[in-house]
Amino acid sequence: MVDNAWIAAALMAARPQALSALLRYFRNLDAAEEAFQEASLRAVRTWPVKGPPRDTVAWLIFVGRNSGIDAVRKVKNNVALPPEEHLSDLDDAEVDIAERLDGAHYRDDILRLLFVCCHPDLPANQQIALALRVVAGLPLRQIARAFLVSEVAMEQRITRAKARIAANTVPFDPPDAEGRLERLGVVAVMIYLVFNEGYSRGHSDPDAALLCDEAIRLGRLLQRLFPSEPEVMGLVALLLLQHARHRARVDGEGQIVLLEDQDRSLWDGPMLAEGRALVEKALRHQEPGTYQVQAAIAAQHARARRAEDTDWGAIDRLYQTLEVIQPSPVVTLNRAVAVSKAYGPAAALALIAPLGDKLDSYFHYHGVRGGLLLQLGDTSGAREEFNRAIALAGSPAEAAHIRLHLDRLAAQPALPPASAIK
Amino acid sequence: MLYAVLCYNDENAVSTWTKEEDDACMARLAVVEDSMKSKGKMGPVARLLPTTSATTLRKTSGEPLIIDGPFAETKEQFLGFYLADCDSLDEAIAFAKELIKANPSGGGYEIRPVGIFHPSELG
Repeated sequence: MVDNAWIAAALMAARPQALSALLRYFRNLDAAEEAFQEASLRAVRTWPVKGPPRDTVAWLIFVGRNSGIDAVRKVKNNVALPPEEHLSDLDDAEVDIAERLDGAHYRDDILRLLFVCCHPDLPANQQIALALRVVAGLPLRQIARAFLVSEVAMEQRITRAKARIAANTVPFDPPDAEGRLERLGVVAVMIYLVFNEGYSRGHSDPDAALLCDEAIRLGRLLQRLFPSEPEVMGLVALLLLQHARHRARVDGEGQIVLLEDQDRSLWDGPMLAEGRALVEKALRHQEPGTYQVQAAIAAQHARARRAEDTDWGAIDRLYQTLEVIQPSPVVTLNRAVAVSKAYGPAAALALIAPLGDKLDSYFHYHGVRGGLLLQLGDTSGAREEFNRAIALAGSPAEAAHIRLHLDRLAAQPALPPASAIK
Repeated sequence: MLYAVLCYNDENAVSTWTKEEDDACMARLAVVEDSMKSKGKMGPVARLLPTTSATTLRKTSGEPLIIDGPFAETKEQFLGFYLADCDSLDEAIAFAKELIKANPSGGGYEIRPVGIFHPSELG
C-alpha cells in the first residue's frame, strides 16, 4: 500500500511532464493547471485504495484530460471518466498514453511549458515566479516568502503574468531543432535566475535556499531532456558547485565568509562530486560556453582541500577563456583576483586599471582595488577605495564586510594584507 | 556466499525529496546497515550520484563509443561493478576502455560517480 508521502513525491515528480501534456491539449495554462489539480485529487483518493498505477504520469494525463473535458465541455465525443473505483484499472489507456509520451514529443511538451514561463513580454521576476508556481508547483505561500512579498502581492504578480501570456499567442507547434536550441538558452537563463535569486538572498534569509533547490531540480529536469548538451551540464554543475558551499558562506552572525576563509568541512561532498563529474563530462564535448567555464572555475575551488592548494594559474586561464566567450569588465575584475593570487597584486592592478570608467559605480570594483592596494602597502589609497565601496554597498552584509577592512586599517595600519574580496 | 543487494528506485521521485527527507531515509537505512555491521557481515556500501552524471562506453568494432547518460538496453542485465579511485573522468574512461578491450563479449560499461561510500566491514 502506498503512503501519503510517496504520493506527494510522485505527484511532484510527475507534475512537469503531466502538466506539459495537458497544456498542449488545452492550450491554456489555467485549464491545464485545473485539470492537473483535479487529477491529483483523484490520485490522493484512489491510489491508497487501489494501489498506484503502473505509469503515474500517463494516469494523471488521462484523468486530467477527461476531467478537463468534463469541465470545459468544449470537445464533442466526450469520453466520460469511469467511476473512481475503476480508475486504477486503466491499463490500456495508460499504455497508450505512455507510448505516445516517449521521445521528442514529451520533451517538447516540457520545453514548451518552461518556455511559456519565459515569455519575453514578462519581466524576469515574473518569469521566475511563474516557473516556480507552474512548473515546480511550489505553494504561493513559499514563493511569496522567498520573494519577501505578501501572498496577495505574489498572487497578483502571477495572475498578471498569466493574463499577459494569455493575451499573446504562444507558439504551440513543436519547435524545430534550431528553435529548440534557442528556447533551451532562454530556459537555462530562467533557471539560472531562479538560482541567483536564492543565492544572493542566502545571507539573510534561510528560505532562499529553497529557490536554489528548485533551480537545481529544474536544471536536472532539463538535463534529462537534453542529456548531451554540454551547456546544460555546465549549468547544473555550476548550480551544484555553488550551492554545495551554502552552509559555509555565512557565519553565525549572518556575515559573509569569503571563499578562502570558509570551513571546507561544511561543504557538501556529494554535491561537489556531482558538480565536478558534470563539468568533466561537459568539457569533453569541447564546445565551451559560459556556464561550463564558470562551473570549471567553481570546480577548481572545489578540488582544493585547503584554500592555499587552489590552482590560481588554472583559474586565471579559465577566466581568460571566459573573457573570450563573454567579454565584460566584471569578468575581467573577477579574473584580477586570480591574477593577484597567481602573479601578485601589481599585475592585478594593471589588469583592472582600464576598467575604472565602466565600473566606477560598482561596489566590487572598489573593494577589489582596496584589497590590492592594501597588499601593496598603500594604506591611504586602500582606505579611499574601501570608503567608496561602502557608499556603493548593496546590502548590510556587504557594507559590514568592507567596514571590517576599514576597522583593521584604523587599528593597525601596518597589518599584513587582508584577504582579497570576492 | 556474498550477496549483492542492488538499489532501484524512481530517480524522478527521489530527486524531489528535500534534504530532510533524504537524510531521514539514509538514517533509517543506517539502522539496518548497523545490525549487519555489528555481526561483521557488512560489505562495501556505495550510493551512486544521479544518472545525469553518468557516462557510458559501448563496444564497437573500433574505438568504444562514449555516450552521455545511462542507456542500458533492456536485453542486458546489471551483472556486477567495479570501484576505482580515479582523479578525473578521463582516467575513469581510460580504465573502462581497458575493461572493454579485455572483455570479449558485447555490452558496455557505465561510469557513475559515487556519492557515499562505506568500505567493507568484512574480514
